[in-house]
Amino acid sequence: MKVKTHAEAAEKFIQDEPRTDWHDETLWFVREKRDRSMHGVNEWELLREWASKIKDHTLSNLDNYLIEFEEKAKANGIIVHWAADGAEHNQVIIDIIGENNIQKIVKSKSMLTEECRLNEFLHSKGIETVDTDLGERIVQFRDETPSHIVLPAIHLKKEDVSETFHQHLGTEQGNNDPQYLTEAARQHLRSKFIEADLAITGVNFAIAETGGFVVCTNEGNADMGAHAASIHIACMGFEKIIPKAEHLAVYLRLLARSATGQPITTYSSHYSKPRAGQQMHLVIVDNGRSKQLGRADFRNSLKCIRCAACFNTCPVYRRSGGHSYHTAVSGPIGSILTPNIDMKANADLPFASTLCGSCSNVCPVKIDIHEQLWKWRQLIVSEGYVSSGKKIGMKGMAFVLSKPALYRFSGKAARGFMRLFPFLFRSKKLNPWYRQREMPLALKQSFTEWYKQNKKA
Amino acid sequence: MKVGLFIPCYIDQFYPQVGIATLQLLEKFGCEVHFPMNQTCCGQPMANSGFAALSAGCDKNFVKNFSGFDYIVAPSGSCVLHIKEHLYDADEGTAGHIRTHIYELTEFLVDVLKVEKLEAAFPHKVGLHISCHGQRGLHLSSMSELMEPSFSKPEKLLGMVKGLEFSKPKRPDECCGFGGTFCVFEEAVSVKMGKDRVAEHAENEVDYITAADTSCLMHLEGILKRQGSSVKTIHISEILNSSIV
Repeated sequence: MKVKTHAEAAEKFIQDEPRTDWHDETLWFVREKRDRSMHGVNEWELLREWASKIKDHTLSNLDNYLIEFEEKAKANGIIVHWAADGAEHNQVIIDIIGENNIQKIVKSKSMLTEECRLNEFLHSKGIETVDTDLGERIVQFRDETPSHIVLPAIHLKKEDVSETFHQHLGTEQGNNDPQYLTEAARQHLRSKFIEADLAITGVNFAIAETGGFVVCTNEGNADMGAHAASIHIACMGFEKIIPKAEHLAVYLRLLARSATGQPITTYSSHYSKPRAGQQMHLVIVDNGRSKQLGRADFRNSLKCIRCAACFNTCPVYRRSGGHSYHTAVSGPIGSILTPNIDMKANADLPFASTLCGSCSNVCPVKIDIHEQLWKWRQLIVSEGYVSSGKKIGMKGMAFVLSKPALYRFSGKAARGFMRLFPFLFRSKKLNPWYRQREMPLALKQSFTEWYKQNKKA
Repeated sequence: MKVGLFIPCYIDQFYPQVGIATLQLLEKFGCEVHFPMNQTCCGQPMANSGFAALSAGCDKNFVKNFSGFDYIVAPSGSCVLHIKEHLYDADEGTAGHIRTHIYELTEFLVDVLKVEKLEAAFPHKVGLHISCHGQRGLHLSSMSELMEPSFSKPEKLLGMVKGLEFSKPKRPDECCGFGGTFCVFEEAVSVKMGKDRVAEHAENEVDYITAADTSCLMHLEGILKRQGSSVKTIHISEILNSSIV
């Protein structure tokens, strides 16, 4: 099946306008919470600057910090694995599953495992994982992917959740009470935690100087899994490294405020070594990150701490939904990360933006997201991932606009044409502008013509 | 003070009254205004679509037309930002001078001409649309995402207009969805964004929506007219140039 482009999928999303409004307003509410939270921190801009500089420094010295981290982690008793891509990452995990004859797996939220399509891979091998983040569990029941990296089921209303739980958990049909529904999920997940012999988690920050790592959740589900299971596998993209534990003071203050407007996530759990009898594994994944690190214009996209503030502020994201982006990480940050992995498949994404710049302003680590969107557009066109129609149109436009006499003639001719044959421009089929908007008036005189007549000495 | 007047292509073709108001306004403040007759476009439509490589012809023509001025002024934040960020030419001396001496009209009035008083009157309720490139690109006003002191150059000027009742939409600096070629390639999202902007202004019962960017207004105007709304659009230069009746 052909994957819909962002524009096609968005058009479909918007067909239900009241739901689009609800989606927009829900995420705008989160953006406003973020703003209020920011106003409680006078040194906010300074924190952003530090967060950006620490990450810049880390990316420039990544090899050393990764080696330091691996040494310390190993000394703590953590088993460290390296994976060049998603396939290797998945293989590492299935090997551990096989060696330990694991039957029951719980997984807390990890966008990396979404990126590597771990669930799909394990499912194809007959192994089931249970996502324990509430939002992720909901989309898992529905056989969907997360539509947002922090709020995976934000595209769903409580009525949708109620129907899903009725089908999968046997809750009362039509009972939309959030308290009732979360209690049902809680009881369901408790049994999964108790039964699990493997817990897979993500990593928010890996600290080079200690060899430990931090996982942030609001539901405590990473802890429930890791504390109960005899094996813990934590998966991280290699850009999660920070040099020192004290740097957490910068990032933990920014992360939750940027994400949801909370001062801090409910659980910021520090893992440093396996408890007695437990195995703790860490999979460090590249999957295109080295390539991105080598792209001067795009390397600093690796500073991302996955707060999703850029999603919540993006006027396009709010009105098109995460699934329109057809990638694991959607939204503005996804649009500058995913063309690196597959430029052809994701060629439409850097164009799914008005370049309004709000994403760069909310970014807690100061990634110049909208500028990178612009640069991806140039690269995508120069690599030829653009329709021939668009190419011809742009060439024609560039030709006319670089020749003043031809421009004046064409402008006059076009205006005359619009006056004579307005129905041609008023074609909802041929002219996307006209589908839902009136054309500007075709005037008799341009400013240049007026100036010639009235001002020119 | 020798000022080169840059009237972006779509203003030239569809909104000559914006060019006229800008010219008259600058002359009122004693500027020696020249309008180079062979100007066309800044090249932004191509560049923002990924075809920056094709805008060399526009760049060359721009440099040829706008050399030798103390300042270049345009009634469009977006086009000015494009020139500031992306104008390059073999004649780097001239291109560099242009990049650093080109101003959007309201920032030129506030920062260079230091306008503190206007002889203008516009007895209507006006909603200000903040255009993204003017705000986040040229920093014409403070931004809701940042911790920074609040200010607004367009608002300051509108405050000097007699009889004008000023209003702000609920989300004061959300994008209108025009976005250059975005408006046709992502038509559905573009129009939805525009409809939402318009609705907030309509809620405030404004007579006019104004902005420092004609492109945003062209998009909003198209939506308002299709809706049969009584709300009109007007460029800020036309308000600032309106005379006392």
